[in-house]
Amino acid sequence: MTQYIVRRLLWSWVMLMLVAASVFAIFFILPGGSGKAGPGGHSSVAVMMAGKNPRPELVENIEQRLGLDQPVPVQFGRYIWRMVHGDLGYSYQSNQPVLEAILLRLPPTASLAIGASIIWLVLGVLIGIVSAIKRRSLFDRSSMVFALIFLSMPTFWLGLLAIFFFDGALDIYDVGSYVGITSDPVQWFKVMWLPWLVLALTDVAIYSRLVRSNLLEVQNEDYVRTARAKGLPEHSVIRHQLRSALTPVVTMYGLDLGILLGGAIITERIFNIPGIGAYAVHAVTSSNLPVILGTTVLAAFFVIVANLIVDIVYAFLDPRVVYK
Amino acid sequence: MSTETLLEVKDLRVHFPTGDGLVKAVDGLSFTVDRGDTFGIVGESGSGKSVTNLTALGLTDRNAANITGEVLFKGRDLLKLGKEDLRKIRGKEMAMIFQDPFSCLHPFYRVGDQIVEAILCHDKIPKKQAEQRTYDLLGAVGIPKPKERFRDFPHQYSGGMRQRAMIAMAMAHNPDLLIADEPTTALDVTVQAQILDLIERVKTEFDIGVILITHDLGVVSEVANKVMVMYAGRAVEMGTRDEVFGNPQHPYTWGLLESIPHVDHKGSKLVPIEGAPPSLIRTPNGCSFHPRCPHRFDPCDKDDPEIKDRGAGHPDACHLSAAEKTRVWAERQAPRTKAAS
Repeated sequence: MTQYIVRRLLWSWVMLMLVAASVFAIFFILPGGSGKAGPGGHSSVAVMMAGKNPRPELVENIEQRLGLDQPVPVQFGRYIWRMVHGDLGYSYQSNQPVLEAILLRLPPTASLAIGASIIWLVLGVLIGIVSAIKRRSLFDRSSMVFALIFLSMPTFWLGLLAIFFFDGALDIYDVGSYVGITSDPVQWFKVMWLPWLVLALTDVAIYSRLVRSNLLEVQNEDYVRTARAKGLPEHSVIRHQLRSALTPVVTMYGLDLGILLGGAIITERIFNIPGIGAYAVHAVTSSNLPVILGTTVLAAFFVIVANLIVDIVYAFLDPRVVYK
Repeated sequence: MSTETLLEVKDLRVHFPTGDGLVKAVDGLSFTVDRGDTFGIVGESGSGKSVTNLTALGLTDRNAANITGEVLFKGRDLLKLGKEDLRKIRGKEMAMIFQDPFSCLHPFYRVGDQIVEAILCHDKIPKKQAEQRTYDLLGAVGIPKPKERFRDFPHQYSGGMRQRAMIAMAMAHNPDLLIADEPTTALDVTVQAQILDLIERVKTEFDIGVILITHDLGVVSEVANKVMVMYAGRAVEMGTRDEVFGNPQHPYTWGLLESIPHVDHKGSKLVPIEGAPPSLIRTPNGCSFHPRCPHRFDPCDKDDPEIKDRGAGHPDACHLSAAEKTRVWAERQAPRTKAAS
């Protein structure tokens, strides 16, 4: 098991390097990136940073400072070298260390992701169980309808609709400024509950359908018949079913949470939450390579770690799974 | 050994209404099982063997099926009992083991825990005591080092061991009746014999009745003392093992007997039963076996033969006279015996 984890961790470095390489490639190939496509054969980033009608020396100076005068492979090598040492470089715009800036924006993103994921997990599993037990009931059918509705609504539209409804019409929510949970938990909750709901509703739909269909599938298993044949009361029989039906949900939950920790771009933008997603969008619009790289690598890191945790947890949930 | 009647099924009918029509899975079935019996139920897939017993245990969805008749278990009609009363009987007084031991144990729970659970759901005893009883049970069904194997998961058991564990679980409460639904079908031949021996031993030791459901006449002829042959949801022949195997009356039984490979009859061809089992939605008029029967005559496609003693000493459901049957069966036997000599 330990050997397996170590091997997986080593591989995750390879993954992160590949992710960084792709971002580098895209950045230098695309027009408007750091490639030498700007005026006078200079990097357009450097030109942009130098301001209006800059002297060529200034542009060259900036290029030198950012290392943009070096060939791309050298830049990439330097980046990876620093990344291995826990340094994600400095923002082109603010000169702030990227890692520091990201860590500063992690709490809002984590608040959003974890809060929303708890809502969708609890609601999704509960609705799924009830739908499966009371199959074809009014509850089952109406939850199916709601699932389809929320599944079909794009987040940006659902989010705006929610703001219009709860902030405008009902006036029980204020799109306001994010406050950390440590500084003011009540205000934190007041700001977060609507984004949680908006982010969670799509997944409530997916999870409840998943749990429902898993349960229905498991109901016909021979071991469920055995459980009944030995005279277990119905609630114990359902526990036997849940033990099998919920195991795949754990996998999905881990991966979804991992993805969300990398930033919920749309929801963060709509609700003005200063998280990693919002930071990444800003970086893309201003060609801020170190920040784009940092946020992407971090998002990939979360997904990789989530994957690893899910696989390890799975070995405990399913005794048939053995890692060597 | 006592001859107490354990199970008495009277005119049981289990009909499932479906979109295509009424599926008559069991259609007028009567039989009795006494303590000490190994009652073999034989028939092709879809002949209603399993449905009969699942219905007896209350495991058929009552909302999905029309169930009529009586299933008297130690004098109580199981079809009239409520869900909770049935649950108290299941596993406690009447236990069941199934065909595929690979899928019958929950893959995520330890084997021992699954048996402990079976004990605790009927007996309110301390867990330690239930564990001790589980060690004893596992040992009794021939699982070596029961204390260690208690902690294993089902995938760490072989097929035969899993079926042993299922039997241990079934015997947890010393039930009166054990229903074994194709208990050896999924196992190797050598393991099959061991499991059959075990079921026999358990039967004698615990003084219970066993219903053995199978499509394998060989299995039945080895262990059953009474045999019921089922076809399309009905019994077509019933009697002691010697009666049914020594003096078979129904053409379907003949077909089954002829399709068993036999070492003594080396060189003779196996004779399959022509055709396929009938649809249970549109069973043929008259005798449901007549379209596949080489001996059908005038009344077979009109009159439905009821199962009764027609002069052979045990009941069957075929219009041929007893004398005629003796002649035809002797004729059918002749080429096989010749090939063997």
